[in-house]
Amino acid sequence: MKDISRRDFLKLLGAGTVATAATMAGCQNKDGDLNLRGTLQPQKGQMTYRTNPNTGDKVSLLGFGMMRLPVVEENAPKGASGREAKSAPIDQEMVNKMVDKAIEYGVNYFDTSPVYCQGRSEKATGIALSRHKRDSYYLATKMSNFAPGTWPREESIKMFYNSLKELQTDYIDYMLLHSVGGGQDGMEMLRQRYYDNGILDFLLEQREKGVIRNLGFSYHGDVKVFDYLLSRHDEYKWDFVQIEMNYLDWHFAHEIEAENTRADYLYNELAKRKIPAVIMEPLLGGRLANVPDHIVREMKEREPERSVASWAFRFCGTFPDVLTSLSGMTYMDHLDDNLATHCPLKPLTQEELDFLEDIAKKIYDLKNIPCTACQYCMPCPYGLDIPGIFTHYNKCIKEGNFAKSHEDSEFQKMRKAFLVGYDRSVPKLRQADHCIHCGACTMHCPQRINIPEMMQKVDEYVEKLKQGTL
Amino acid sequence: MNKKTLQRIRRVLAAIFFLGITLMFLDFTGTLHKFLAWMAKAQFLPAVLALNFIVIALLLILTLLFGRIYCSVICPLGVFQDGVAHVHNWAKKNRHTFSKAHNILRYIMLGLFVVLLIAGVNSVAVLLAPYSAYGRMVQSLLGPIYQWCNNGLAALSEHFHSYAFYTKEVWMRSLPTFIVAAVTFVVIVILAWRNGRTYCNNICPVGTFLSFFSRFSWFKMHINEEKCIKCGLCTKNCKSSCIDGENGFVDYSRCVTCGNCMAACPKGAIEFKHAAAKPAPVETFHETSLQTDENGNKMGKTETVDTSKRAFLIGSAVAIGTAAFAQEKKKVDGGLAAIEDKVTPVRTVPIVPAGAGSLQHFRTHCTGCQLCVSQCPNDVLRPSTELLHLMQPVMSYERGWCRPECTACSDVCPTGAIRKLLKEEKAVTKKGQAYWISQNCLVVADGISCGNCARHCPAMAIEMVPKRGDATGRLLIPAINETRCIGCGACEYVCPARPLSAIVVEGVEQQRTI
Repeated sequence: MKDISRRDFLKLLGAGTVATAATMAGCQNKDGDLNLRGTLQPQKGQMTYRTNPNTGDKVSLLGFGMMRLPVVEENAPKGASGREAKSAPIDQEMVNKMVDKAIEYGVNYFDTSPVYCQGRSEKATGIALSRHKRDSYYLATKMSNFAPGTWPREESIKMFYNSLKELQTDYIDYMLLHSVGGGQDGMEMLRQRYYDNGILDFLLEQREKGVIRNLGFSYHGDVKVFDYLLSRHDEYKWDFVQIEMNYLDWHFAHEIEAENTRADYLYNELAKRKIPAVIMEPLLGGRLANVPDHIVREMKEREPERSVASWAFRFCGTFPDVLTSLSGMTYMDHLDDNLATHCPLKPLTQEELDFLEDIAKKIYDLKNIPCTACQYCMPCPYGLDIPGIFTHYNKCIKEGNFAKSHEDSEFQKMRKAFLVGYDRSVPKLRQADHCIHCGACTMHCPQRINIPEMMQKVDEYVEKLKQGTL
Repeated sequence: MNKKTLQRIRRVLAAIFFLGITLMFLDFTGTLHKFLAWMAKAQFLPAVLALNFIVIALLLILTLLFGRIYCSVICPLGVFQDGVAHVHNWAKKNRHTFSKAHNILRYIMLGLFVVLLIAGVNSVAVLLAPYSAYGRMVQSLLGPIYQWCNNGLAALSEHFHSYAFYTKEVWMRSLPTFIVAAVTFVVIVILAWRNGRTYCNNICPVGTFLSFFSRFSWFKMHINEEKCIKCGLCTKNCKSSCIDGENGFVDYSRCVTCGNCMAACPKGAIEFKHAAAKPAPVETFHETSLQTDENGNKMGKTETVDTSKRAFLIGSAVAIGTAAFAQEKKKVDGGLAAIEDKVTPVRTVPIVPAGAGSLQHFRTHCTGCQLCVSQCPNDVLRPSTELLHLMQPVMSYERGWCRPECTACSDVCPTGAIRKLLKEEKAVTKKGQAYWISQNCLVVADGISCGNCARHCPAMAIEMVPKRGDATGRLLIPAINETRCIGCGACEYVCPARPLSAIVVEGVEQQRTI
């Protein structure tokens, strides 16, 4: 036990650096006991579970999102996941290890899709999970018939059976209509993907047959679609619904992007109908783990032993009708931290909820681009690295390297950090100036970001920095 | 005066000039040239081409006072040769011998050089020119090494989250120029290794020109016959092979006032002083005019732009280039689309940097030293591969465009080929004209709306107008206002059509303010 904790600690800090070694030595001297993670040590058998009222499934409050799987490092750009690095193969060995550890600590909900990780996620998930007893976990996958080529009935059905094959199973525990509410016209898109081709009926039939144990939908975007599907709840009997929820979107989703819906509305609509909610983007693609220093300070003052990310998960877990919070974990230390948060989950007090609302206001005021790097927009046909550009922009805001005018006291430093960092994180030919405003990406964005407009905003900022006209 | 003082002063000054110029060529951050550009402007041939009379006068006065000290202090190629010879001296001391001046050879070289310059065949003439030869060597051979080292540091600084260094892409700008630089390097090193300043004595047109003045310089090396023991050490240490110690003769036309003989003389018999010396037997000096500029302009034959030729070239461009990368059907999430490299379009008239004035002026003044190429932060400038204008910089927009805030090339150009411009002047200088190639345009070829050229034009020269015959009325094509276009290439660079842009800039014969 002591050994494990030491190893984990080293991993967390980037093992092998002199600095880490020194820190280690320091800690060792201070208290020979080496309980370095304090209360944060996840405790086996302490996972918090929620019960699905429809099937009685006992679902772990932490769900494993298979959307940001690790890739073999030497072939990949630093820090890339399977969704970004095209050439790099998924690091199956690491996926297996993480899945094993997750199951060991009680995680039993695994969420994938035919389109994740450039279409490689289901297969990797199948390989990792087939090494465990089928009844020791719940599998969630989706009808991801986004491309018009997959709209015909037989194509969508083919996609469904392919999921079964890739996942090496003959039933799906949780099946979703994937990301309804997207597209130029959400209702029209819904009709084309699920009604005109009879796929919704097909899925309902499969539920009858037991091939699908729970049927639900994941929703982003046009609230009309959400309201419509819920209005027909009596007919379809949704077993669960997957929504985007976190302490920033709770009140601010609409302010951030006018077309989005506040998470409190979505959650309350589900709670009213006793439909369990599966939470996606509890961390906003890591943005809520990666906050400006002053916010880190505030959080650490209250909970010095807990990570910044833990606040976001505790927020979701505090709501009783949340079935599970999905976390797309790329690295073992993501998993370790999440396990520590959920084994067991300590709900937030009212006072802590108020504190997070205050934090949400501060994050909202940063005026970030609300990109979660989910990569749904990618690949851009013109080669842009859309999430890379937005992530860099947000990073500069977060790190205080976003100049408002050339009169800012540290303008030269900020300018250099923005421009040099830009070239480092995004190759020149993939930068914002190459966006031709074709708009192919916009319909795919679950956050409803007007991507071309934002590209122009980033580009204009870059031009001002370069031309010295800020 | 200590017998080694002159040598020491010379070495210190030479080191300052040599390192300064070398570093200026290597530095791509635009920092050093602010402090060091004067070193390039102090070079003789560039000053002549720039009609920089002050520098010319100062250099001539310097020569008339101290002899060809220019060659051993200011000229980087001269110092480079001294360095090479010096290394050989460690292995083999006292190895030089006296040789007679090869006057016929060097006058032919000088004459040829002047004729070629006047005739506007700069590409051949500048092969002989010392400063630009050195510049090409640094830019083509040492530059990449320097940039790789920098990139190593950039990777380190990225690792430590510092922004102190940034990566500079290393790429082959022109193979012919690289080969010329490499051959020059090998030849110069071999000559300098074997016999010191063979190049300076026989080939260098600047050296030969200065020799006309150095013969009459006020201060000179004198061998004091009374002290001299005829040991011959001065001869053996003269890398210019210009001291005949046996006969007490110094050829002042080749002496570069390096002071090595003084330092070597065991008896202190060599003095650097003014004395009523008997002039060395030389032929009378015929004035040779180097006023290339005045002649050059008149010489210029106006190249007419053949529009039918352009039409042909643009047509062939279409044949090679597909409109754009096929828009892959997006089925899964993530990944990056492959980006095809752009190819350099065949430009009927080359684009030369703003400040060049006319193409004619540019071509007759540029010595192809590559200083501007080494300074261009946007990877726009590269040496021409066209035989007649080999090594002279031209612009192309595959890797970047000529940005409005940058005047690096005009700041550094020592020859006046690119005249100094203010940012504001540059922004209104027309150096090219954009043309739309409809077949390549995504709007025409694929029916996609774009407008990226118009969005990025800093001169507001492009407006998107409805495409005729488009029933939807939504497709807009670029309309270029010729009177506003400055030829900066922003449109060409950001155009999504690959490998050939759908909007391509042609140079103009005569740059002008719009």
